Amino acid sequence: MFSNLIKIVIAATIVDNMVFIRYLALCSYVGITNSIDASIGMTFAVIFVQTLATAITWIIFHFFLRGLEYLQIIVFIFTIASLVQLVEIYLKKNVPSLYKAMGIYLPLITTNCMILAVTLINVDKNYNFIESLVYAIGSALGYGIALLILAGVRERLRVSNVPKFFRGYPLVFASMALIAIAFLGFKGLIK
Amino acid sequence: MKKSLLNEFMKGLTRENPILIIMLGLCSVLAVSTDVANGVGMSLGFSFVLITAELLSSAFRKIIPNEVRIPIFLIFIAVPTTIVDLIMKAYFPPLSKSMGVFIPLIVVNCIVLGRVEAFSSKKSLSESFMDSLGMAFGYSWVIILLSVIREILGKGTFLGKEIFSKNFEPMAILSFPPGGFFLIAIFIAILNGILKRRS
Repeated sequence: MFSNLIKIVIAATIVDNMVFIRYLALCSYVGITNSIDASIGMTFAVIFVQTLATAITWIIFHFFLRGLEYLQIIVFIFTIASLVQLVEIYLKKNVPSLYKAMGIYLPLITTNCMILAVTLINVDKNYNFIESLVYAIGSALGYGIALLILAGVRERLRVSNVPKFFRGYPLVFASMALIAIAFLGFKGLIK
Repeated sequence: MKKSLLNEFMKGLTRENPILIIMLGLCSVLAVSTDVANGVGMSLGFSFVLITAELLSSAFRKIIPNEVRIPIFLIFIAVPTTIVDLIMKAYFPPLSKSMGVFIPLIVVNCIVLGRVEAFSSKKSLSESFMDSLGMAFGYSWVIILLSVIREILGKGTFLGKEIFSKNFEPMAILSFPPGGFFLIAIFIAILNGILKRRS
């Protein structure tokens, strides 16, 4: 049981890394890795919302959507959107310092495709409640690791001398390709 | 009048290409473009969702209250996505399986929500239709070209059929994630170079 959970964490964080191997959450990823501070803020916001969203969608799917599985997409996206809104209102009122630290990242999370994808994958893989939560936290951590790596690389890229047409996004994607090659190396880690 | 409509269509192809210039919706493009069949299927599904969502939000733009517009837009997007998902599952099960989670993910595709929020909720029906058509074509040519390159060079096949002799050694890296990142980097660099030279 316990080793199974550790397996899920390692798979979600490294072997199936959300950004480099599964290609999820790329829009926000490219936008935010401009600075390391922003990346850290986004990581915490994602871990928080991802865990909550997974718990709630798991309960909804297994208790309320019996026989109504085709409504899954609509119900899940509404759950996530309203959850983000609720968290925002709650934090603004009760924990203003945290709200300020998360700032713009909270609303951005609604359109982060990773949140919806993880809830759908959980249903697809038929994980139980604990496994779903562990998978959610693991994948959010994997996203955080990916953010920090690229944010660090981009700080260095800013001063590098490259051909004019390759500056900006092409260079960022080329570096992502190189990091992704490194992540491919973990492939045999979990059977 | 006619010229401006044509302009709404043309801008999606290169100048405001949703993927290569605005850099949105990259997840599905990179993930699905390993096979030509996937690329074509994805671009059809995406186009259907985008055109329906833009037309709906343009048609109802005068009666949608500003405060609840985002949830209403989400309905406009989620309903056609569910239709695409169910059709794929029913008629093309292998295709649906290989695209996996990326068909439901059209719901959170930033291009769709972005166009609906920034364009069609303010513009007329005909302008929205041309805009959605242009954006859909802009999305489709990138993903199909990408998938053709990745399937031919990465697997040595086209639509699943072998096209090279046995001596050809496919560049397997192209059908893995790093190849996708690298190809899109080259695409962006080329398009940037062309657009800059022209202006």
